[in-house]
Formats: sequence, structure tokens, C-alpha cells
Amino acid sequence: MERTILHSDCNAFYASVEMLHRPEMKGKPLAVGGDPEARHGIVLTANYPAKRLGVKTGMALWQAKQVCPDIVFVPPRMDLYLRFSRLAHEIYADYTDLQEPFGVDESWLDVTDSTSYKGDGLKIAEEISRRIKFELGITVSIGVSWNKIFAKLGSDYKKPDAITVINKENYKNIVWSLPVSDLLYVGRATEKKLKLWGIHTIGELAQADPSLLQRQLGKMGLILHLFANGDDQTPVSKEDYRAPIKSIGNSTTTPRDLVNDEDVRIIVYVLAESVATRLRENNFKCRVVEISVRDNELSSYSKQRKIELPTDITSEIAEAAMELFHQSYHWNKPIRSIGVRACDLVDALIPVQLNLFISEERRQRLHQMDLAVDQIRKRFGFSSVQRGLMYQDKLLSAVNAKEDHTVHPHGYFENGNRTGVEYLG
Amino acid sequence: MDKAKIYVKVEAEFTTDGTLRPQCIIWEDGRRFEIDKITDCRRAASLKAGGAGLRYTCMISGSPHYLFYEENYKWFVEDK
Repeated sequence: MERTILHSDCNAFYASVEMLHRPEMKGKPLAVGGDPEARHGIVLTANYPAKRLGVKTGMALWQAKQVCPDIVFVPPRMDLYLRFSRLAHEIYADYTDLQEPFGVDESWLDVTDSTSYKGDGLKIAEEISRRIKFELGITVSIGVSWNKIFAKLGSDYKKPDAITVINKENYKNIVWSLPVSDLLYVGRATEKKLKLWGIHTIGELAQADPSLLQRQLGKMGLILHLFANGDDQTPVSKEDYRAPIKSIGNSTTTPRDLVNDEDVRIIVYVLAESVATRLRENNFKCRVVEISVRDNELSSYSKQRKIELPTDITSEIAEAAMELFHQSYHWNKPIRSIGVRACDLVDALIPVQLNLFISEERRQRLHQMDLAVDQIRKRFGFSSVQRGLMYQDKLLSAVNAKEDHTVHPHGYFENGNRTGVEYLG
Repeated sequence: MDKAKIYVKVEAEFTTDGTLRPQCIIWEDGRRFEIDKITDCRRAASLKAGGAGLRYTCMISGSPHYLFYEENYKWFVEDK
């Protein structure tokens, strides 16, 4: 049976939620952007009046001010946006339990089973759109189709506050004339290659010889061919499905540039504490530690190394990160942002080969200490107990990495490749 | 700018079946407005005041007024 899949995208989500809470800004340009004082100075989302004047996501705040002098910047309130995101999911849940978020502001909904009594996809989309507007005071664009890829293209097709149905009758008119770069997983590199073979639109991709695509792009070539023809079989995941965690990391842009090892040590410890706490919360240990460093001219790199024994101990992760840092950075430039990540996760209870030259007793004590700190923080707040190191620089150590960590869209293939490509000839 | 969103003090009752029923709105200056009846309660946004939450339609001295219970556990009314 043909599926009915909706892709709902909250238009200019952060900005729309802010606009709702600031009725006096109606019709005026507004952008949600990092706090310029804390130097996270880019536009996260602009509202439509600002977009019309050329403000784009990712612009530095000063650039936005140049194209739109009257623009008002507001600092992001992530908790508020997550609340609205949750409310939207509650509305979606009235129509299906197959809802899969893609970032905070987008969701796929498989409403096939609701069509028998709620009406067809368009009807359900209209109802959802109306309810979101009435109950949340923001607008959505919804794409309706028989597969996830076309549903997403549909929600991008007309914005804001619009519904686009892409069915077997009209998909060649709508989808096939779109530039190939609109397709998920056609990035700059793939687009360039496709251009070389004269493939500019999704239609041209759909009609290209799949064996040529496979020769040039590997399996991804076949998958893209399938996407372009609407043959993607990837199911919409259940709402409570949690993808297995593969790594846990945190990064931060620091309140001021870091200029020496001591500065870096403070930040690395803040991040390591957050990472290690989350490892312990989720009953993981890591076998690889990775750091990423970005200097004040925005060139960045990352380095990783295996560690002796699987660990969730804050100081071990921090010291591994510091060692990596010492080996790789030579202080040619001050540093703007740093990240620490724990990879190659294993179950915390995995048996390990003890090492004669590492005191397991000491490690046990460190672990107990971390658990005690977790407990104290749980009861009395994050800042109730601190390392002495943090008092070296109150400004730097004020970064609360754990609670500040942001939400990223997950990859389309995070749950494995379920496109159905393997059934092709 | 005149403020269209007014947070107010509210006296409310939790019934045994778990329903939250506002009973009285207390204005900044201490004036009390008894809610005679709640005619409707639904999720709604207030474009006028700027916010969203549970919207109670309250009958106060014979005329209907919207009272919103925001997701942050604050109550607000729209300024007339």
C-alpha cells in the first residue's frame, strides 16, 4: 500500500517563537543570534522581514546589521524553543506514533493509518497546520507525499505557512525541475560531479543511467537515483525511538580568546566534566578521546587517540585531551573554541584486562569521587561544587557546557540504510 | 509601548480528579475578580499578548475573558 508521509517544518522557528512573544515587533526585522558580548556572534534564524532584506542564517551579526540596519537581535532562549517543539510534537502525536524529528523544528509523520478516518494527507496536513497556528501561534510548511524525500522537498517548496502535495501525477512537474542540490545528500562536492555529466536538475538525475551513477558515486549514486525517482523506502521511525549513541561530545566558543595552556586546561576540564557526566549517566565508558580546536582565524582541526583502559573518569578524559592538545598545538594563534568528545563507547560494565602498571584502586577512587560530585550537583546545582582550577579564571569557567549543549539534526542514515537500494537489480 | 501581556496572580483549585480550575484573578492593585464560570479550556496562542498555553474562557461579572496558563507555570491576561 502506498504510504502517506508528511514533512512538517516550522518556519523560521526560533524567530517565530520570539516574534510570538514580542507582538510589538510585528512586521519589523528580527534575528535570533548568539550574544555578541559572549562572541557567539552569528544569526541563528532571521524572521521573514529580515530575510527579505537579505539576512541569512549563519551571517555574522555585524554583516546582518550592514544589510539591515534596523534589525533587532535577540539572544536565543533554547528552553523556550524546546518547549514549543515539544508542543508541536504533542499535536503530531494526535495523528500518528510514527513521527521522527529532524532537528528541533522539522518532523516526518507517517499518517498512513490515520487516513481511513481523518481524511487524506492534504486534509490531515491542513488540520495540523491550522492547529499549530491556533495553539502555538507559529506557522508550518508541510509537504505531503508517498516517501520521506519528496515530503521534505514539498515542505521546502513553498514557505511560509503552506502545504504542497507531491503525488504520482505531479511529481515530475514539481520535483524534477528543482536543482539537484535541493536533494538530501547532494552537497557541494556531489553537485559539482553531477554538473560535469550535465546533471543539473533532480529530473535529469532521475533519468540518468543508474550504472553510470554507481560507477562514479558508488552506492550513494544508486541511492540518489532512487531518491530522485521517489523510490526511497526509508520508514519513519517511531516517536520514542532513540538512536544508539555513538559518541558524546561538547564544544564551546569561549567568552574570550584562549592564550595559554592554563586557559585551555580550564575549558578542557569544563568540557570533560560535562562529557564524563553524560557518559556515566548513560552507562558508557569510552576508549577514544578526541579534541577539536579552532583558532581565532577560524581554521580548525581535530585529533583523537586511543586510551589505555575504557574510562568515564573526568580527569582521565581531561588529561588525555590535554595531552592531545600539547602534541598538536603550537600557539601560533590564540584559540577561539575547543571541543572534547568521547568515542568508541562501550558498556560501562564491560570486563577489562587490568594493567599491572596502572593502579586500579586509584581509578576506583577517582570514579567514586566523580559519582559523589554528580550526586552533589544533582541536588544542589552545577556550580555547587567546583574544581580549584576553575577559580583561576571565573569568566572562562562560567561556561556551563553540560546544559548549553545544543540539538543537531541527525543524519538520514543514522538508523542504517533503509532506502531499499539493495533490492535493485 | 503599552504592554499587552499582563501576568496576574491567580487563586486556583486542583480537583481530586486532577483538573486545574482557576477561581479568582487578583490584579496588581489588589482588586479581586471572581471567576463565575469557565466556559471553555483549550490550547491556544495569544497573538495579542504574545504567548501560548492553556486558554481558559472565564466568565467574570457576566462577560467572557481569556486567562492563559503558560507552559512556564505563569498566568497571564490580554490587556484590553
